[in-house]
Amino acid sequence: MRRILPRILLGTICVLIALWLVAPTLVVVPMSFAEQKSLVFPPSGFSLQWYENFFTNKQWYGSLIVSLKVALIVALLATVLGTLAAIGIERAKGRSAGILRAILITPIIIPGVVMAIGIYAVYLDTRLVGTLTGYVLAHTMLALPFVVIAVGASLSVFDARLETAAASLGASRLSAFFTVTLPLILPGILSGMLFAFVTSFDEVIVSLFITSPQATTLPVRIFASITRDSDPTVAAVGSLTFLATTIIIGAGLLVGTRRGRSK
Amino acid sequence: MKDFATKAKGAAIDIKGVSKHYGRFKALDDVDLQIQPGEFMSFLGPSGSGKTTTLNLIAGFTDLTRGEIRLDERSIGNTPAHKRNIGVVFQHYALFPHMTVAKNVAYPLQQRRVPKPAREAAVRETLAKVQLQDFAHRYPSELSGGQQQRVALARAMVFDPSVLLMDEPLGALDKKLREFLQLEIKRIHRELGSTFVYVTHDQEEALVLSDRIAVFNKGKIEQVGTGMELYTKPRTLFVGQFIGESSVLRGAHVEDGGAAVFTINGTPVRAARPAAGEGAHVILLRPETVSVHGAASDAPEGANRLTGTVTEALYLGSGVKYEVTIPGGTVISARMANAERLLTIGEEATVAWQPQDSILLADDGSAAQM
Ligand SMILES: Nc1ncnc2c1ncn2[C@@H]1O[C@H](COP(=O)(O)OP(=O)(O)O)[C@@H](O)[C@H]1O
Ligand SMILES: [Mg+2]
Repeated sequence: MRRILPRILLGTICVLIALWLVAPTLVVVPMSFAEQKSLVFPPSGFSLQWYENFFTNKQWYGSLIVSLKVALIVALLATVLGTLAAIGIERAKGRSAGILRAILITPIIIPGVVMAIGIYAVYLDTRLVGTLTGYVLAHTMLALPFVVIAVGASLSVFDARLETAAASLGASRLSAFFTVTLPLILPGILSGMLFAFVTSFDEVIVSLFITSPQATTLPVRIFASITRDSDPTVAAVGSLTFLATTIIIGAGLLVGTRRGRSK
Repeated sequence: MKDFATKAKGAAIDIKGVSKHYGRFKALDDVDLQIQPGEFMSFLGPSGSGKTTTLNLIAGFTDLTRGEIRLDERSIGNTPAHKRNIGVVFQHYALFPHMTVAKNVAYPLQQRRVPKPAREAAVRETLAKVQLQDFAHRYPSELSGGQQQRVALARAMVFDPSVLLMDEPLGALDKKLREFLQLEIKRIHRELGSTFVYVTHDQEEALVLSDRIAVFNKGKIEQVGTGMELYTKPRTLFVGQFIGESSVLRGAHVEDGGAAVFTINGTPVRAARPAAGEGAHVILLRPETVSVHGAASDAPEGANRLTGTVTEALYLGSGVKYEVTIPGGTVISARMANAERLLTIGEEATVAWQPQDSILLADDGSAAQM
């Protein structure tokens, strides 16, 4: 009997914290279906006009395309570079490995604004402001640490003796990598890729600095829109982004647990 | 295409003056060893004596510091591991967890671009050899330790290597399974005809399996020979103590007409041949050459005799086993056919053995049995 009270307390606190964490999302989703022409909470009425606006308005739609393009290229680039880096670090071992890892992870630690100023200054000189290349380079730098960490975690539980076994069975180092190492660290690579994609897709600070009217990413468009007028389309965009990331991450987790079980 | 049904011919391995240093540490120090084609050779020795290092050098997993290794007259120093065509079975199995048993066994054939029909036939045939044909579609994690090691064995022999290296392959298994798999390995060796090199620190296992045994100690090979040679004619005290049971008698000795005479507890004890070289020597005794008697008069004519106290007396059915502690604390083990009466612990007794059964060895200071 004495145990019931603490349990109720613990449960209540957990529910409150969970509510607190998802509250912003819970605000955005209903607003996206609002009838009024301004962003207010609680919304009234029901309409799909803001969703319609998102897909028909060239500016909104164009930003989505820019963001998707950038995020896809970043995901690929960061995954390839980050995986190679993680393998190099794992092989190097010792002190140099620790230093290398620390350097590669700094983009997570350095404040975004500082990075943004630095990138902007360099981009002005090199005419990368507002270009696809500019976004890709900046976002890849920001996404790289996530891949290095995710793949590094996979490698640290990978039994390197399997590569020795593969060699004894006639596999060259390259062949052993593709037939043994790669399949076994694939979960880490995929989750790194997912992180890289999401990092780029919702990056806003650096993008704000290097944006241009020719190429504006979706988060920058949302920010601009909400500071200029309170167009409820941002709520629709927010809800869609929320849905998309939930599906991607959920699918990732599902595949992850499947693979885990089949082993 | 290679015919995988034909019997492989084992390769000769010639290890010449091979050293392996890690910094200043000599893991292997100027080792020479010739292994005959088709031979079953065991590397026996305590942990850290350089057995795995030697195996890794043959397999090509590490580079040698000095010396040369030849496979059928061909120096393999510059051949990378994946081109040596040597099968390796590891203690930790090293099966690929993301592949089924069949895929694991097919792996070396795939690397050699063997066409699919031949590959599948070879996998089936090899899995049958290790009696795992019904497990082809399982994953390694769904098998027991013994089954996993049999898959590893199948994978290492499916490509018909002329040499098969095994590093304590049964080390992680329980005794019963180990004994069963020892017989399996012996059978497979006979069927394949390849040269087997088998690492173990278990002397019984080495005796059961091997044509010859190389005894390793501190980065050197102390002696190479058949089990019988090592047991009856050890060249060093270390070898004598490592193989089989033994008792060691230490004491001052003098030469007396082609024999070495030790004085132990005031009693002269003879070895039938003179000591080779200077320095301290010991007498090594095998338990079955020693007899224990309640009365000194029962001891055979011309035998060495020492008196002591019975500290262990075991009736084994087929015989009896005694341990007699002589003054000074040295324990002498004896194994005898059934006597009419079992001596009891605490009883005074005489141990006896013939001078030609005294194995005379230089005292290399090696510790008693580990
Ligand atoms: N990579 C290495 N670096 C340093 N020392 C090593 C290395 N590999 C093995 N050794 C040392 O070499 C010695 C022989 O090792 P090993 O051949 O593995 O012995 P074992 O007879 O038990 O198989 C050991 O003392 C071991 O610590
Ligand atoms: Mg070893």
